[in-house]
Amino acid sequence: MAKRIDVHDLDIFYGDFKAVEGVSMTVEPRSVTAFIGPSGCGKSTVLRTLNRMHEVIPGGRVSGKVLLDDQDLYAPSMDPVAVRRTVGMVFQRPNPFPTMSIKDNVAAGLRLNGVKDKKKVDEVVESSLKGANLWNEVKDRLDKPGAGLSGGQQQRLCIARAIAVSPQVLLMDEPCSALDPISTLAIEDLINELKARYTIVIVTHNMQQAARVSDQTAFFNLKATGQPGRLVEVGATQKIFSNPDEQATEDYISGRFG
Amino acid sequence: MSTSITGRSVIDELPDPEGRPPLTGDRASTGRWGDRLFGGAATSSGVLVIALVSLVGLFLVIQAVPSLLNNNVNFLTSTEWVPSGAQPRFGIAALLWATVITSVIAMAVAVPLGVAVALFITQYAPPWLSKPAAAIIDLLAAVPSIVYGFWGLNVAGQYFEPVQNFLNTYLGWIPLFKDVGTSAKSTLAFAGLILAIMILPIITAISREVFAQVPTAHKEGALALGATKWEMIRTAVLPFGKPGVISGAMLGLGRALGETLAIMILLSALNPNAAWSWSIFTGGETFASKIALNAGEFDSPQKTGAYIAAGLVLFILTFVVNAIARIVIERRKAFTE
Amino acid sequence: MSTLTQAAVEPSTTPPVHTDLTGMSGRRAFTDRAARVVMWGAFLLACIPLVWILVSTLVKGGHMLLSGSWWSLSQNGITSRVVGGGAAHAIQGTLMQAAVTAIMSVPIGVLTAIYLVEYGRGRLAKVVSFMVDILTGVPSIVAALFIYALWVTTFGFQRVPFAVTLALTLLMIPTIVRSTEEMLKLVPNELREASYALGVPKWRTIVSIVLPTAFSGIVTGVLLGLARVMGETAPLIILGPYTKSMAHDLFNGLMATLPTMINQDRTEALQPALDRVWGAALTLILLVFVLNLLGRFLGRFSKVKN
Repeated sequence: MAKRIDVHDLDIFYGDFKAVEGVSMTVEPRSVTAFIGPSGCGKSTVLRTLNRMHEVIPGGRVSGKVLLDDQDLYAPSMDPVAVRRTVGMVFQRPNPFPTMSIKDNVAAGLRLNGVKDKKKVDEVVESSLKGANLWNEVKDRLDKPGAGLSGGQQQRLCIARAIAVSPQVLLMDEPCSALDPISTLAIEDLINELKARYTIVIVTHNMQQAARVSDQTAFFNLKATGQPGRLVEVGATQKIFSNPDEQATEDYISGRFG
Repeated sequence: MSTSITGRSVIDELPDPEGRPPLTGDRASTGRWGDRLFGGAATSSGVLVIALVSLVGLFLVIQAVPSLLNNNVNFLTSTEWVPSGAQPRFGIAALLWATVITSVIAMAVAVPLGVAVALFITQYAPPWLSKPAAAIIDLLAAVPSIVYGFWGLNVAGQYFEPVQNFLNTYLGWIPLFKDVGTSAKSTLAFAGLILAIMILPIITAISREVFAQVPTAHKEGALALGATKWEMIRTAVLPFGKPGVISGAMLGLGRALGETLAIMILLSALNPNAAWSWSIFTGGETFASKIALNAGEFDSPQKTGAYIAAGLVLFILTFVVNAIARIVIERRKAFTE
Repeated sequence: MSTLTQAAVEPSTTPPVHTDLTGMSGRRAFTDRAARVVMWGAFLLACIPLVWILVSTLVKGGHMLLSGSWWSLSQNGITSRVVGGGAAHAIQGTLMQAAVTAIMSVPIGVLTAIYLVEYGRGRLAKVVSFMVDILTGVPSIVAALFIYALWVTTFGFQRVPFAVTLALTLLMIPTIVRSTEEMLKLVPNELREASYALGVPKWRTIVSIVLPTAFSGIVTGVLLGLARVMGETAPLIILGPYTKSMAHDLFNGLMATLPTMINQDRTEALQPALDRVWGAALTLILLVFVLNLLGRFLGRFSKVKN
């Protein structure tokens, strides 16, 4: 049940400061879109507007439209809480709830939604952990604290937690930046599997990673120092990495700046 | 700047976020006379603090023991208080009851309220209100105890009368709420309520310190799952802040147990021959109020010793409560490391 | 309910399959709103006593402070039936005892904090830190009893103002230790290392780099500590009985203070005495508040921030 995302003329603000300007793009269902670009260009900010996490920051607001299968996420009737349940998110640093066991972490979203049936919770915990390729590693210690896992396992736990509430879209904000190469590979494999079921948007600093996992790549950059960030170019990953339309994209990808 | 009114900071107890070793005791000291002198003075001050606390305990014990040996009733279980004469009879049971019940009432009111206020300050208040709100609650701690007592007796007490009447009427069949004809402003219940106001700032201060420290990652993790604000608080903020709340509550309890003037002014002392009552709508005396009320009568060592013995029990009580608060924080430290 | 949530109810065809996670949504939204109302309510409720006390004391005691004699005269020769006299003796006593308390407790408190932050290692530092916590929790009445047991019972001295300041010192030390410790910890380690690298010995580094950097923070801590100690009444009742006249000698006779003035006059049922109680209460609150605000104000200039 993955959904399409359409972004129209999106401006993003922190208070009076315009951080990102004029983003328009489409993300196809069951595909992986990578956001790349230099630090501070607003790619994470754009990602956070896709599930209305941006407004959690005091002063954070947007103008423009974000459509999820033709529904405007920012329409007045929309409930940000419902939006976030439909559009799941995985963060840069793994953030399992430190006071909860592995099982409770995965079940956290279900419990919030009032699922009390123990059998059902157990089922979902198992299927989500399997979905995140973590089940075999933790099935014998589901009651141990989630914080006791390795960094890569913690991140997969967070992915399991996100998919447990069966979202339509999965946002990942540099999910591998705090991980070692082997754990990174495990997450990348997982992204490839998850793609069959979810629309995935991933922010990454790692160009090879973008090339490896994504179908579509969006390059963001600052207009100039002190100016808002903007979307320079978006297109099939193949094309962006071999023959981009913009000089700036080519410079960035070939490592000439950024 | 977060010089808290509590005189201590939970932040101190946390490991450095960047995992640097703590500053304490680097080895930069040299053998120079200046270093030896200055380091010596600093160490002596530390030792002095240890000595002071030990002396407090020691002196109280030394002066309490002779009186306790002369006592003709069980010090812990008797409710009598006749500390002078050839056959002194004094026990702390009544004092202990009044002290504990007023503190329990204070905690029952102040802990939930303090946690709610701390959540308001850290999670709900608009940014412009957050700091002033914290300062306002801190100012509650700046009102002297004696003013609370006088104000409670002369201004606020009368408004407690309907509450007491209501409870007397509808719950009077429970011994705790029985009407024994004491004026509302002089009861254990009302004294507990005033205590609650007095310990609210300390509970709020410590709770808001830990709530403010909840990592954004955990809060956003909950929100990204589709938690409402309240669910985010229940999932991420409260579990993280629990040890801080417990130790804040314990420190508040320590204050409440030892609070003197407000209680002394409010509570009406009972007639020595009055029948024992479990009601919170009766008067009484706590350790602290009893000692303060009779400060003018410290004329013989026997009598003084009896009051000092009561003070010793209070000291031990607050010592235990504060030690528990400390241990809770230490365990949290181990947990987060 | 938004249409979005409606759409989410559709059973997903791909695993993991979860159905109907939205049934509680109405209740969840209500609980969330209720929680918000409760938090605001709790804060407003907590404000009531503060405002109420301030208004009561202002209304009932404000006029006392407006007369010049309140600040210049004592109660010498004035009975509780008579209007007149002032609180100068009590204000003077409170300020004097607070000053002496500060003079005694600041060096001990600051040095102990320096020990804990700059020198302390191992078991001794742990014990000192624990004892400071215990001292923080010592009720003022127990501190007063201890000084009584020491000063009056053991040494056989009289109850004099100095004994009061000893008890207050005991209460103030932990406050100063904790606030100073907090400030010293905020001084970046790089500053210390920069100083060591210049060949400056440790004690000079502390005296000329660390302490000046933390100075205004330490002063804030001292002022807040003083504010707390000034309102303490229990030690005064045990060790420093009230007197109606001016006194300057810390080691002889009695000295009035604002708390004992309140305690003396509060039992009188006569209006002139009650007016004086409210006046003294307002004066005391003002003193404490001014110290508090001054402390917080100075804290803004602190060179170290967290």
